[in-house]
Amino acid sequence: MTSSPSTVVTLHDAVVLMGGFPLLSGVNLDLEAGSLSVVTGANGAGKTSLLRLIGGLVALTSGTGRVSDIDLKTGDLRELRRRVGWLGHEGSFYDDLSVKENLVFCAKALARPTNEIPGVLDRVGLTSRASMPAKLLSAGQRRRLGLAWILLRRPALWLLDEPYASLDDEGRTFFDQLIGDVVTSGATVLVSAHDPLRSSALHPRTLTLAGGLVVGDRS
Amino acid sequence: MKQLSQRLLGPVTLALLGLTFWLGLWVTPPDKVQGNLARLVYVHPAVAWVALYVSFGTATIASVLYLWPRTRSIVMDRVAHCAMEVSVVFILLTLITGSIWGRPTWGVWWAWDARLTSTAILGVFALAYLALRRANDDPELRARRSAVFAILAAINVPIIHFSVQWWKTLHQGATVFTSNRTLLIHGLMAWTLLISFLAFTLLFFWLLRARYRLEVVRGERYETSVAEALLERRREGVR
Amino acid sequence: MIRTALLVAAKDLRIERRSRVLLWQVVPFGVMGLVLSGLALGPTHAGHSSAGPGLFYLVMVLVALLMINRSRAVEGSTGTRTSVATLGLDPAGVFLGKALALAVELWITGAVLLAGAVLVLHTALVGTLQAVPSVVVILAALAASGTLYGALSGGGEGPATLLPVLSLPAFAPLLIAGERSFSAALRGGALWQWWVISIVALAAYLALGILLYGVLEDS
Repeated sequence: MTSSPSTVVTLHDAVVLMGGFPLLSGVNLDLEAGSLSVVTGANGAGKTSLLRLIGGLVALTSGTGRVSDIDLKTGDLRELRRRVGWLGHEGSFYDDLSVKENLVFCAKALARPTNEIPGVLDRVGLTSRASMPAKLLSAGQRRRLGLAWILLRRPALWLLDEPYASLDDEGRTFFDQLIGDVVTSGATVLVSAHDPLRSSALHPRTLTLAGGLVVGDRS
Repeated sequence: MKQLSQRLLGPVTLALLGLTFWLGLWVTPPDKVQGNLARLVYVHPAVAWVALYVSFGTATIASVLYLWPRTRSIVMDRVAHCAMEVSVVFILLTLITGSIWGRPTWGVWWAWDARLTSTAILGVFALAYLALRRANDDPELRARRSAVFAILAAINVPIIHFSVQWWKTLHQGATVFTSNRTLLIHGLMAWTLLISFLAFTLLFFWLLRARYRLEVVRGERYETSVAEALLERRREGVR
Repeated sequence: MIRTALLVAAKDLRIERRSRVLLWQVVPFGVMGLVLSGLALGPTHAGHSSAGPGLFYLVMVLVALLMINRSRAVEGSTGTRTSVATLGLDPAGVFLGKALALAVELWITGAVLLAGAVLVLHTALVGTLQAVPSVVVILAALAASGTLYGALSGGGEGPATLLPVLSLPAFAPLLIAGERSFSAALRGGALWQWWVISIVALAAYLALGILLYGVLEDS
C-alpha cells in the first residue's frame, strides 16, 4: 500500500491487542491531510481503539502504522501525542479546577501565552463559566471545555471520540460548525460517531468498522 | 555443546547435592561448639547466597536488559519472572533453615536479627513482584512495570541491609572469611562448603530452566489463543 | 523539567486546597492513628515517650499510602490522563512535581502529628523539634518513593490493595531510619548512619524517578 506525501495516517494490517483480546484485527487505512472522516460502527466495533491507536495512546501489536511521519512501532509516541488533539467521551480535565484554571494549566504546559484563553473561551461559548469548577459543568459544557483544550493546542490532527453523545440540537450544530472551521483551516479531523454527521454540507468520508476491521469506506 | 550442557545440568546438580548431603551429614566432623547443629552451614549460607545474590541478581540483570532498548526481548522478561519466582523459594528456604538454626542457638524461632529481617523484607519484595505481574494482563505493560519494580527492589537491597544491620544484629559474624580474608573453615569442611555453594547455584539454574520452559509453553498457548481470538474477531466484521 | 515540576506541583496543591481532602480526611485519619496506637500499647505503656517515634512513623507510613493513592486519583479518569498525555509533559518533571506536592502534603500532616506525638505520646518538645530536620528528609524520601510505587501500581486504575504490597517493603528502611533519628533526637544525639540512609534513599528515589517514570507513564 503506497501513500502520497499528503497522507497523515497510514495503517496496514494494524492489530491492537489488550489483555489478549484484539481491539483492532487488521485495519487498513489512509487519511489525507486536511480531510474529515467519520468512523461509525456498533458498540465494541473498535472505533475508540482506532482513534487511540492513531493518537499514539495504545501500542500497535502487529502490522505497520505511520501517523504524522512517526512510526507507530519504533517512533517517539510521546512526540506523536503532542501533535494530536484528543476529545474523549469521558471527562478530560481536572474536576476540582475551574474552567479557566484547566486552560491555564494546558497553556503553561505548552508554553503558550495565557492571553489566548479568553478568545478560546469565547469561541466555545464558555466565557460566563470561566470561574466554575469543571465538575459542575453539564455534559455539553464539558465537551466544549475539551474542545477549548484542543483549540489552545492547535494540533494538526484532531481525534474526536463520540463528540455528539449527550448533546442537544444546539450543541450538535455548534460542533458541526466548529469541525467545518477546523477542516477549512487545514487540520485533519477523525470523528467517531454512532450517527452520521448532522450537517451533510461537511461531506465527510465515512468509514464503517466491525470486528476491529474497516468494512466500509464511502466518500 | 549447548544441548549437552543442558542435558547434563540436572544429573550434575543432583550428584553435587547428593555429595553435599553425604559429606555434610556423615563425613565431616561436628563443630567444636555447636556440634551437629553446625552441619546446617552446608545448607543455609549456600541457600542464602542463591536467594539474595544469584536469583535476585539474575532477575535484576534480566530486568535491566529488558528495559534497555537494544536488548529488550520477551526472553529477558521471562528470565526475570522465572528467576524471581525461584528466588521466593530460596528466600523461604533461607528463612526456614535460619530459624531451625536460630532456635537452639538464640532460643527463639525468630529474632529481629539484621540478616533474617532483611531477608524477610526481600522475600516480601519478591512476592510483591509476583503480585504486580498478576495485576497486569497486558504482556508489555506487565513486563515494563515488573522490570522497573525489580530494579527498585535491587536498589533497596543495600539500603535495607545497612539499615537493619545498624538497627540491631544477633547474627554470627562471617562464616567463611574474616574481614582480612583469613579462612575460618579448614580441610574437608571448607571443601564441603564450596561444593554446597556450587550445588545450590546449579540447582537454581536447573529450576530456572525448568520454569522457563513452562513459561515458553504458556507463551505459545497465549499466542494460539490470540490467533483464535483474532479469527473470531475478524468473523464479527464479516457477519 | 523544573518548569514542568513546578507546574504539576502547583496544580496538585491547588486541587488539594480546593478539595480539602488533606484537612478533613487525611489529618483526622492520622490523629486517630496516633490515638489508636496509644490504645494498642495498653494503659501502662500508652504514654511512653520511647514508643512515640516508632508510632509516629508507623502512622505516617499509613498516611503516605492514603496520600499516594490520592495523588494518583487526582489525575482523574482515563479521559483526563489521555488529555494530559497529549500535552507531552516531560515525565521526569511530572514525577518531580507530583513528588514535591506529595512531600508538602506529608510535611503538613507530619507537623500536625508531631504536635500530636508531644501531646498524646508524651515525646519531649525540645527533642521533637530537634527531630524536625530528619522528619523532613524522611517524609521527602517517602514522597519520592511513593510517587514511583504509585505509578507502578497503576494508581486509580489498578487495585487499591496493590500499592501497600509494592511500597511497604521499601518503606521499611525509611521507617527504621526515621524512628532511630527521632529517638536519637529525643535522647539528645544524632546518629550519622540514619542521615546516610535517609539521604541515600531520597537521592536514589529521585534519580530513579527521573530516569524511569517515563517508562511507567508510557505504559
